[in-house]
Formats: sequence, structure tokens, C-alpha cells
Amino acid sequence: MSKNIKNKESLLKRLTGNQLFIPIIAIILLAVINLINDPGFFKITPVINNAGNTVLSGYLITILDYGSELGILAIGMTLVTAASGGQDISVGATIAIAGSAMLRVLCGGQARPTELQAPIIVAFLVACVVGMLCGAFNGMLVSVFKIQPMIATLILFTAGRSIAAWINNNELPIVPDPKFAYFGGFIPGCPIPTTVFIVIACIIVIALVLKFTNLGLYTQAVGINESSSRLNGINPTFIKFLAFVILGLCVAVAALIKVSRLSTINYSVIAKDIEMDAILAVALGGNALSGGKFNMWASILGAYVIQFLTTTLYKFNVQSDALAAYKAVVVILLVVFSAPTVREKMNQLTKKVKPAKKEVA
Amino acid sequence: MKRKLLSIVMASAMTLSLVACNSGAADTAKEAASETVEEATEAVSETVEEATEAVEEATEEVTEEATASGDLIKVGIINNDPNESGYRTANDADLKATFTEENGYDASFAYSLKNDEQIAAAQTFIQDEVDYLLLSAADTAGWDSVLQDAQDAGIKVILFDRTIDADESLYEASIVSDMAKEGQTAVDWLAGQNLDTVNVIHLQGVMGSAAQQGRSGALDEKVAAEDNWNIVVQQTAEWNAEKAQQIVQSVIDSGKEFNVIYAENDDMAKGAVAALDAAGISHGVGKDVIVMGFDCNKWALEELLNQNWNYDGQCNPFQSSYIDEIIKTLESGGSISEKTIIMDEKGFDAETITQEDVDKYGI
Amino acid sequence: MDDNRVLEMRGINKSFPGVKALQNVDFSLNKGEIHALMGENGAGKSTLIKVLTGVYSKDAGTITLEGQGEVAIHSPQDAQKCGISTVYQEITLCPNLTVAENMYIGRTKGNITNWKKMSEDADKLLSLLEIPAKATQQLGSCSIAVQQMVAIARAVDMECKVLILDEPTSSLDEQEVEKLFNLMRGLKKRGVGIIFVTHFLDQVYEVCDKITVLRDGQLVGEYEIKDLPRVKLVAKMLGKEMDDLSDIKGEGGSYEGADADEHIFDARELQSNAGIKPFDFYIKKGEVNGFTGLLGSGRSECVRAIFGADRVLKGTVKMHGKDVKINKPLDAMRNGIAYLPEDRKVDGIIGDLSVRDNIILALQVLKGFFKPFSKAEAYAFADEYIKKLNIKTASADTPIKSLSGGNQQKVILARWLLMHPEYLILDEPTRGIDVGTKVDIQKLVLELAKGGMSVTFISSETDEMLRTCSRLIVMRDRKVVGELSGEDLTQNKIMSTIAGESNV
Repeated sequence: MSKNIKNKESLLKRLTGNQLFIPIIAIILLAVINLINDPGFFKITPVINNAGNTVLSGYLITILDYGSELGILAIGMTLVTAASGGQDISVGATIAIAGSAMLRVLCGGQARPTELQAPIIVAFLVACVVGMLCGAFNGMLVSVFKIQPMIATLILFTAGRSIAAWINNNELPIVPDPKFAYFGGFIPGCPIPTTVFIVIACIIVIALVLKFTNLGLYTQAVGINESSSRLNGINPTFIKFLAFVILGLCVAVAALIKVSRLSTINYSVIAKDIEMDAILAVALGGNALSGGKFNMWASILGAYVIQFLTTTLYKFNVQSDALAAYKAVVVILLVVFSAPTVREKMNQLTKKVKPAKKEVA
Repeated sequence: MKRKLLSIVMASAMTLSLVACNSGAADTAKEAASETVEEATEAVSETVEEATEAVEEATEEVTEEATASGDLIKVGIINNDPNESGYRTANDADLKATFTEENGYDASFAYSLKNDEQIAAAQTFIQDEVDYLLLSAADTAGWDSVLQDAQDAGIKVILFDRTIDADESLYEASIVSDMAKEGQTAVDWLAGQNLDTVNVIHLQGVMGSAAQQGRSGALDEKVAAEDNWNIVVQQTAEWNAEKAQQIVQSVIDSGKEFNVIYAENDDMAKGAVAALDAAGISHGVGKDVIVMGFDCNKWALEELLNQNWNYDGQCNPFQSSYIDEIIKTLESGGSISEKTIIMDEKGFDAETITQEDVDKYGI
Repeated sequence: MDDNRVLEMRGINKSFPGVKALQNVDFSLNKGEIHALMGENGAGKSTLIKVLTGVYSKDAGTITLEGQGEVAIHSPQDAQKCGISTVYQEITLCPNLTVAENMYIGRTKGNITNWKKMSEDADKLLSLLEIPAKATQQLGSCSIAVQQMVAIARAVDMECKVLILDEPTSSLDEQEVEKLFNLMRGLKKRGVGIIFVTHFLDQVYEVCDKITVLRDGQLVGEYEIKDLPRVKLVAKMLGKEMDDLSDIKGEGGSYEGADADEHIFDARELQSNAGIKPFDFYIKKGEVNGFTGLLGSGRSECVRAIFGADRVLKGTVKMHGKDVKINKPLDAMRNGIAYLPEDRKVDGIIGDLSVRDNIILALQVLKGFFKPFSKAEAYAFADEYIKKLNIKTASADTPIKSLSGGNQQKVILARWLLMHPEYLILDEPTRGIDVGTKVDIQKLVLELAKGGMSVTFISSETDEMLRTCSRLIVMRDRKVVGELSGEDLTQNKIMSTIAGESNV
């Protein structure tokens, strides 16, 4: 009997010790709230969209769809956080830059072209290069010149949207080809949002990279102890630089989705405040924002928790300019619960509860 | 060393961003200038007549004199950053096209979204002894003393686009849009559609802005007054298409009935339409959902022309011809009968809009 | 309570999940007494200290203080209020503040600070204690030893009754240690009770009055220093009889291959940017040699230059007689050189990573970015070395930071041994670890050398060097000043060479 209890306890401990614990609990909590409020929340119905395709519709699909950009950014942000112990706050602005570059190539500098001026794949590759260049710029400042990541990325955070506007001469080009809208919408004949597939592809790629290279080990080693890593033959400068470049690539993919959703761009508001959400996703995943060990999957899950929260709040008709306040509450709770003093208190509390339980048993 | 380097990098980045804004703006200005200005002048001429009728003839004479003598009128123009919105870009381009040397002006421009920077710019212009100070204030408060300085220095102040909380005697005229009237025009149009029930998704701009307050006000009143008018959701999407898309998506997911989207700018209407498209809800002329936007972006008017949207309300950015008229009146010794001049603003219906309208009023 | 008692701890219990760190431990301290707290790493010394200073809360037991009766200490602040001050092994002061600020931080009265008076007071105390620092100097610009002394000065000035010194001497050289001891003796006269935690047996016998020995979280006993000779002390700590740390060299013989005279590594005019004079150096196959000299004489900088850890400015390097370029650690590793750094915490362990990852790291880097070991391979490597070096860890997945210092050091050692280097550099491998592990490591070094590995060994403890090395390079003022081998390998000879009395 007592052994049984012990097993249960250790299982509980294993569960709470797991990094996925916090985001999963958050999702369950949100799901329960919605279930109680309106079981219809989980209904997924097929509808025929205006392009004539049968597609799935419902809150869950909305969460999967709109959480995509965040999920992709979380991948890069996790690596940057782990390697540099800081965050990139310029991702929103660099999405504007990469998106603008993509439109510049697609529309050839015209505001309203009648047809595509270049294949989409070319435009996307250009956006990837631009995104990685932005990442490389940030990465260089952080790794070579040893500037704090938040300060270094402040440069593009400030200047990025202006640069984006400059790339297209302040025009707001509109992509004429409906095919371009597939990336942020639906491919004819497929009822699941394309963004879901893009995220899955990104996850597979990063999973393969983590499995078949030492990116994870090196990044964590550099983040935990740079000096020691160097003495073990790792080049910390390069690893940090690499993390920023990978984030740049994630930015380009996110930019493709963002721009594709509306087939156009608005430099001042595209992906606004997404950097804070991306950082929050990393934190929600239980990753230390001071760098070091990381769990990629927890971060990605964290991104969807944020979207779940956003969608839930919209459903409850919370004013959208108040969303930030709710997210702030989540951040405060997270910070408080991960603080060592609170953890110790909780441990003491469980200890007090335990003997009582034993007596009952 | 590291710090120095950082500051250099930061400084150069900021300079770069400034250059980027300005060159971008300038380019657009060049392109837009040729098209917009003439049209704008036409567009507004009707209303200006009322205000300046008395001195019309005199004006023309003075203009000729001024240009003939080569004595340019010095104007300092303080505006918001042209990157702020399409509206502002068009507005800036319009001003740049009107206040040229050919038209008898020596114009200097200063841009900022911050009140204190604008006030500093105003002081510089006063020191430069401009003849006229044209101002679109970032904030309504804090202008009294600097405008008093201007008045003491004999500089005449004309407000455009935005009013300020200062004594009327401190400025000659104020040329503004009436946002409440824009809202009223739109709501009247909607009432004219004679729907059995009006279930509105109301997408608001940044809360507290003049445009939001004006455009929300008319709708709120009407909904309160009529039994068959209901607000399904009233949310701010902060002028942002992405947010609007999510809000409308959420309403669709919830299964609530609606038949009107009242978006307080074109971007939000666009976001809303994207959500409708994804859910297979038809919109536009003779379809399930009526889509309404504001600002008359060219692409938005094109949507009207294609009957995808139903209505777009104008917010006129072309104040320069009004200002030009006023300056000429004042130069010729005339006086302005009305301090506040409200610009004529139209509302376009998809059923009646023409390609001409699109070219003429699209910004 | 005895009149002379200043502190009495009775029946202290403390357990952590899965570990009983302290079981029914008693400890008492008299006025004007220097009391050594001894035990291997993991014996419970640190836990006892942390219970006393309120860092941990005890599960059971009582703490009684002179004049205050039984006290409840829940935080370091409580401990300070009770007159218990601690100076830790790691400096816990703020390097970016001045010496005076560090001494008075957090204990000025009211909100207004009289900076001038503070500086004067600080200077007075510093000169009284003969600490070579100025009140207005930034703490970070002082040597570690001086920083430590400032920490003690701070504690002394707080009128403490109980002063705890936790491994204060591990980063000090001999002269500095002597100064510290004088300071301790002075405090003793003033009636302060001092608890002294150290690994250095010599120091215990030099300065202490009493010894309390802990083992496996339990009290072994409290002894007068004269009743407990060294051999017995070590035996009590280890829990077994042992004939002192007798000569272990020659137990297994040395390397006897035909190529025993080959110069594995040969450097000429090597110089790095760490401020050492260019030096020549070589090591033969299967040889154990060492750099000796006072702390700061450039010993570590020399081996760092060999490994490419600092930027190499000039010099030629040959491996097996062939020219090689070693500009960064990876170059050295590719040439079969391994380097166990001096500062385990800063340069050695990767704290949050598991024991397994820490063990495989060097070999993994050598293998390449695109060729990670499979999980099974990594576990196999880790388990092999955990067993081989007898590393005490719950599992291979335990984060290395939760291991004791000695076991952390073994993990780092395992990391480099896994690489099967030809040439192993050990910089202070025995610092801050318990006696048992020290002996283990020394034995291991000799064993490896016998198997043909060349080893450079650096230690602050001369007797350790004498036991292991067959050739010593002596350094003074960042310059190589002599080389000793064979008959010359004696304590006196080393001392005189370091001091520069004769250049034999």
C-alpha cells in the first residue's frame, strides 16, 4: 500500500518535473474553461469557402492556424535564448522587412501588378536570405561585439519597419495571384489550413537538425558556460551567430504566412508585438530566459498556449487592446511560480500535506 | 570601446531609418503629386467657395503679383510622420505638391509623431521668420505658448487635419475632417439599405482616437435608437488587419449571426473579408454580408468597384488647396469668415461607384 | 551551558529528497577557539554550516547561543543578527563596488550614508588587520586573497561571536595564508569563536585547537588537536585505517616503452596574451612533469598557452617532432592534448547539463558537429567512466551541478580521458576536493603515465607535486626560472628556487 503511494508520488513528481508540464496544464485549463462555458468550442465543421473549397472551420482550427507564425518563431527564439541568454526583440520588424522584400520581388516594385513578376519560390528564397541577413546582423552584434541581445536587436526593432517601407518605396503592393494566398490560407482540395503543414514541416526540420547535429548540445553548452565550452573546442561566437541566423530563417517563414494571409503588407502593424509573444512562448515552455538548457517542444507548445489564450479571450469578447494585460497576468504567474522562494514554499506545503495523507492511509 | 561602437552602430541605424523614411516619402510624393493635386483641388473647390467667396477675385490678383515679383511666401509645415498611414502619405504628398516655388511658396517641412518635437520644430520655424505656420498637431494640448510666440512675431498659424485645445484667436483657420459626420453619412447609408435586421460586427480603431470616436458615435446612437439594429461584437482591432481577421474569425467560430461589417478603416475591413472568405461567407453587393470601410484607399475603392465591398467613407487628406486659398485671401488683405472649415467628404456606394471615382478619390 | 561556550548545536537533522544529509549531529564551539570542521566532500560540513547560517532550515535539533538561549535561525539575516558571520570559498561581495562599500553595504544606520566616515572607518580596520587594500579601491581590482580578507574584515566589524570560514584558503598562496592565520589568531585573542572548514591538513594542525569530524552526515567525534595525529584524522574521515598519505610514487613503476625518450610535445619561445614571458617546454612520452611556483607566477598561463586557451602570440610547437599550429582549444584537442582547467566552476563544468553530456562533450566536439553520438553510445561512455572513476552520482542524467566538488572534478577528468589524449594537462585537479578523491586522482595520474600518457600536473600543494612529478618547471614572476628533477626534487630545493636564492 505504502509502496503504491510512493510510486504515485514519484510519477507525480516526474510529471511536474517535466518541462512540458506547464504548457500542457495551461492548455488543459483553457480547454476546461471553454468546455464549461460552451461545449461548442470544440466543434469542427466543414464549410465551403469563397474559393469553392471544402475546409474545416472551428475554434480549434483557428488556434492551429493563427498560432502558426508564433510556433515557427518560437523555434528560433528558443535557440537564441538558449545560446545568448537574451532575446531578439526585432522579430516583428524583421518580419516586415522579409515580407516587404518578398512583395518587392513578387510585384517588381509596382503597387498593383496584374501578374506575378517572379515565381513565388524565388520571392520566398529572397525573403529567406533577407531574414537571415537580418539575423546575421543581430548575431554579429551579439556574438562578435558582445552587445546584450535586447540592446543589439533594439536597432532593427527601431529601424526595421522603416527599412521595410523603404524596400517598397512606401507602396503597399497587392499580390495579384490567388496562389500566393494558399500559404496563409487553404490549398484547393485540402480542408486543413496550409499553415499547419508549414509548421509541421518546420518542426520536422528542426527535429532532424537536433537529432543529426550537435546543435542542441552546443547551444546549451554555450548558454550555460561559454568559457567552459570554448575550452572544449566549441566556438561560442559561431554558435550564437548561428542561432540568430536560424531565427532569421524562421522569421522569413513566418513572414511568408503573414504576408500571404492578406496578400499585402502594412509595414507599421504587420506582426506587431509578436516578439513579446514569441518570448512569452519560450518562457511558457519552462525555458530559462537567461539561457542554457532548453526544450524546443515545450516552447512550440507554449506558442499554441498563447494563441489558445488569445482565441479564448476573443471568444469571451475581451477588448483586444486589453489582451496584453491578460498576457501580462500570465507572465506574472509564470515568474512567480518559477521563483525559487515560491517553489520552496510549495515544497514545504506538500511536505506538510504528505504526513497527513500517510496517517489517513 | 564596446559602448562607443554600439552607439555608433545605433546612431547610424537610426539615421538610416530616417533616410529610408524620407526618401521613401519623397519618391511617393513625386509620383502621387502629379495625379492627386489637380484632382484634389477640383474636389474641394466647391466648399471653399462658401468660405472665401468674398475675396475670390482679389486672391487671383495677389497670386499673380506674388509670383511676378518673385517674392516667395515662406511657410513652415509641421506634420505627422508620412509613414504613419496611407492617409498621411497622401496628405504629405498633397502638401508637397501645392507648396512649391512655382506656386509662389518657399516651404519647409518638419515631421514628428511627438508633440514636444513638433513644438521644437515650431520654435525653429518662428526663429526662421516664416510667414505662415501650418500645423497638424500630434497632440491637442500644449500649444498655447508657442502659438502666442508666433502671433507676437507676426506669424499666421493655420491648422489642418487636427484641432488643438488653444484659444481661437491664436490661429487664423482650422481645416478639419468631421469624423462624426463621416460616421453619420455611413450610418445613414446603411439605414438606407432597408434591411429587416441589422446585425453589426463593429471593428473599432485605436480607442480614443478622433476617428474612432467620430465613426463609432453615429453607429452607437443608431443601434440604441432602433430595435432591429444589434451589435454582435464591438471590438477594437486597433486599425490592424490581422487583429480584425482574428476578431471576425472568432465571431464566425462562435456561430453568431451577422450581416454587416462596420470597419472604421479599410485595413480592418480587409482583414474581416479575409476571415469571411476563409469561412465561405459571401459578401458584397447583393450578398449575405455588407462590408463597410473608411479612408478610400485606392485598393479599397477597387473592391467596391468589383462589388466585393459595399461602402467606403472618405476621409479627405487633401487640405492643401483649402490652405492655399486661405493664404491667398489673407495675403490680399481679406479675412476669413469661418475659423473652422470642414472639408467635404463623400461616401461611396459599390452600386454607383465608377472607375473615375476610384482614380480621383483613391489615396 | 558551559560559561565558555559560545555556540552549541544538538541533535541536528536535515534531509533532502533521497539523502539524509545530517543525522543527529552535535557541534559546540568555545570562546576564543579555532575549531576545524573536517570530513570528505559530502560528509555534511556544508550542510551543517548552511543550517547554522539559516540557508537551510533544519528538520530537527536545537541551536543555542551564548546569552541568547535557544535561537531560531531562518535566514542569513537572522544568523547575522545573532552574531554569526560567514566567509565563503566563493567571494560573495560585489566586485564593482569599493572596498569600503562592500564592508558596510546593507548595514548603515538610517538612510543617509556618511561616505567620508565610512571610508575612514574602513581604512582604520584594514590597517589594523594589515589588509593591503584601500577603502576607496574597487573590490574587483584586488586579488582574490585580498577580497577574501575584506570579506573577513566585514564579518569582524559586525562584532560577530561566531565566524565561519568556509574553505578560505583554497585560492590563497602561502604568504597570504600566513597573513590570514595571523588575522585568525588575532580574532581568537579577542574571544571570537572560529569554525574553520578546509581540506588542507597542514593548515588544520597549524592553527586549530579542536577538530570535529563528520562522515556520511554523522558525527564521528570531537577531538583536541593534540589527541589526533594526522594519520588518525585521515582514517577517521575516510572511515578506514590508512598509513597517512604516504609515498604513492613508484608503487606501480613508470612507463618503460622503447619510445620513452620521445618528445611528445615540444614548444619553443611560446607566448600568449596572458602576460607571460616566452618559454620553452617539452614533455616526453609517459612522463609526469609539473609547473610550480607561487599563485600568480604564471603556471596556469603557461599550460593555457600550450592548449591554445589564451591567444597565442608567438612560438613554434611540435608534436612528435612535426610542426603544428595550435591557436585554439580545438587545434590542441585534434593533436591529442587535453586540458583540465584550474577553475572547475568557471571553465570546467557545464552546470545544468547532465553528467552524461559533460562526459561526452570533448569527444563529441572532436567527432564533429554533424556526427552526434546516439543516446546508447553516450550512455555507454558515461556509464563506463562513472564506474571506472567511481563517480558518485544518482544517474548519468543527473545535472553535474548537483554533484559534490570531487565528483564534478572526476566527471571533467572522465571527459578528457574519454578523448584518449596523448598528453593530458591537469591544472589544480585536486583543489577543493576531499582527501580520498585527491589520492584517487594522484594514483590515476601515475597509472596513466605508466600506460604511456604524458601528463603535466599543477598543484598548489608541493607535496602532491613531489609525489607525482618526475620533473618540475619552476616559475617566478611569469617567467620560467628553473627546472628540477631527480635528486633535486625536495621541498627545500623548490622553495629556494622559487625564492630565487640559488639557481642550481
